[in-house]
Amino acid sequence: MGESASLPIAVRQLTKAYGAVHALDHVDLDVKSGEFLTLLGPSGSGKTTLLMVLAGFVRPDSGSVRFGTQEVVRLAPHKRNVGMVFQNYALFPHMDVAANIAFPLKLRGVRSEEIARRVASALELVQLGGYGVRHIDQLSGGQRQRVALARAIVFEPRIVLMDEPLSALDKQLREAMQLELRRLHERLGTTTIYVTHDQREALTMSDRIAVINHGKVMQLDAPRRIYDRPANRFVAEFIGESAFLNVDVAAGQCRFAGRTIEVRNMPAVEGRCQLMLRPERLRILDQNEPVAANVLDGVVTNMVFQGDTLLLHVRLGDGSAISVRGPSNEAGVAKVPGIGNPIRLGLGAGDAIILPADGG
Amino acid sequence: MRAHSKDPTLSAPNAAGLALDARRERWIMLGLTAPALSLVTIIMIAPIVWLFSLSLLADDGTFSLEHYRRLLEQPSYRRNFIVTFEISLLTTAIAIALGYPLAYVLAQLPRRAASLCLIAVLLPFWTSLLVRTYAWLVLLQRQGLINKWGIAHGWWSEPLALVHNFSGTLIGTVHIMLPFLILPVYGTMKSIDGSLMNAAANLGASPARAFWSVYFPLSLPGLMAGALIVFILSLGFYVTPAVLGGGKVSMVSNRIANDIEIFFNWGAASALGVVLLTLTLIVVYAAARLLGLSRIAGAGHAP
Repeated sequence: MGESASLPIAVRQLTKAYGAVHALDHVDLDVKSGEFLTLLGPSGSGKTTLLMVLAGFVRPDSGSVRFGTQEVVRLAPHKRNVGMVFQNYALFPHMDVAANIAFPLKLRGVRSEEIARRVASALELVQLGGYGVRHIDQLSGGQRQRVALARAIVFEPRIVLMDEPLSALDKQLREAMQLELRRLHERLGTTTIYVTHDQREALTMSDRIAVINHGKVMQLDAPRRIYDRPANRFVAEFIGESAFLNVDVAAGQCRFAGRTIEVRNMPAVEGRCQLMLRPERLRILDQNEPVAANVLDGVVTNMVFQGDTLLLHVRLGDGSAISVRGPSNEAGVAKVPGIGNPIRLGLGAGDAIILPADGG
Repeated sequence: MRAHSKDPTLSAPNAAGLALDARRERWIMLGLTAPALSLVTIIMIAPIVWLFSLSLLADDGTFSLEHYRRLLEQPSYRRNFIVTFEISLLTTAIAIALGYPLAYVLAQLPRRAASLCLIAVLLPFWTSLLVRTYAWLVLLQRQGLINKWGIAHGWWSEPLALVHNFSGTLIGTVHIMLPFLILPVYGTMKSIDGSLMNAAANLGASPARAFWSVYFPLSLPGLMAGALIVFILSLGFYVTPAVLGGGKVSMVSNRIANDIEIFFNWGAASALGVVLLTLTLIVVYAAARLLGLSRIAGAGHAP
């Protein structure tokens, strides 16, 4: 399973409509060779349709898909040579584990000793050595997941597609598998496209994330930039928690409730804009601390203990409601004024994100 | 306090009452099965025992294997059994050839269209077996619709012998039996996860290869169940062979009717019945051993 055995993917003007609904609306997407790219979006956003078009199960209305230099948009699925992990695993119930994994090798005319060797090494790779003779219905969900993965990579495809492969697993197993998939990707170096609606999963695993909504790519960026520098209100709201304040921007200066808010990355906008706040990026300040800029004053309206954090609901002077996340330890709780009391919040210049007012 | 661990009402509260409830529930369940159970005993088991005893009695009422000896010695009886198995095997084979592809198409259709087509498949069940059989007579006989059309269009000049023979019997039997094959096959096919075919294609299987290596094996339990039902029903089929065979195709059931109605020979008829029943049980047993009865009985459910 060599490192060079991966291909870039180029998607151009890909369009697919179901009646009046645009599942894919002139999508352009470039996936680099060896990259782990996640398609992230709410259900019905078109992310799964895009994956199905790449696999060849859905015929688009128009557009181009290239694997490397080869145009594949009209190529039958069984000639595409991409591995796929299905949401429900799609393991063949009438074959044992080894036969499932050997299936793509047999179709490719691999000699039987070679098949046995590669099946064994694929099982080792997904930490299921010795499970070859098991029947599918004797496996747990996590084990089925691994078998599906082994089957998808055993024939050394240059591209691997994954359709919400971890969504059926419980939280702990899912988090362990996320790291394992990531480790496997680093080892194999295969171009991987991963579909999920779980933002944390996307942030954990991806080299880059394509946030998709209404059949369009809303933003394509590294996880850190998707979170810290959302391109528009949809991305800001879909990923992480956020609140929005109406602010005025004039001559590169942002003002809210009579105070200046310093913004490190100020976009070229003027007039009424929106300031995005992340609850965990706000700091609770001492009430009497004399500060001039990047301060929000409000009143605590509710306090929710959530185990690892303490969530405060705060009403600001202009009536807008925001939330603040603070540590739930004793020192953290001691800093919080009680419900109904005034609170002063600090915002770092790097954490202040300005978005156009229309929500763009 | 002293009696705490000894007194069952204290160490296990309500145990006696709960056990009583469980017993009562079992009796109620048994009571529910009683009518069906007694009916089966009275109208199935008892006549079979009576038949079996009849077959072992000679005409003078003494014990004898005479009827069974005659079954072996008279070539006409052997012909009855050969014809019966020929008709049953051919019916099963033709029903598979016609029914399996139809069930496959039905299973691919959207739900609404599939329901309409299934109603069409089931429609024959709503009319009398005899009516359907005589309808075939209207179509197939020398002056029937098919011969009239064929001759009128100049496809053939003499009326074809389509009925009152082996092929007429076969046509009628296949028609009657087809739904018994289609339904279990369709049920099994509907339970096959559609993503399995996608997975097979993704792994490099052409549509034909994917069908034979994934879809067909998974539909096999339903096909076996349907084929077994058709075969067994055909073995004991009476009405359609009687009408469409025109007396020229004598299956075991027709011979039994003859023995009773014409010769009043209950002993011979009983022996035939016993042998047919035994052969049927052997077929079921062999199929069960070969394929696993649970798989056949479980056809239509996900594996």
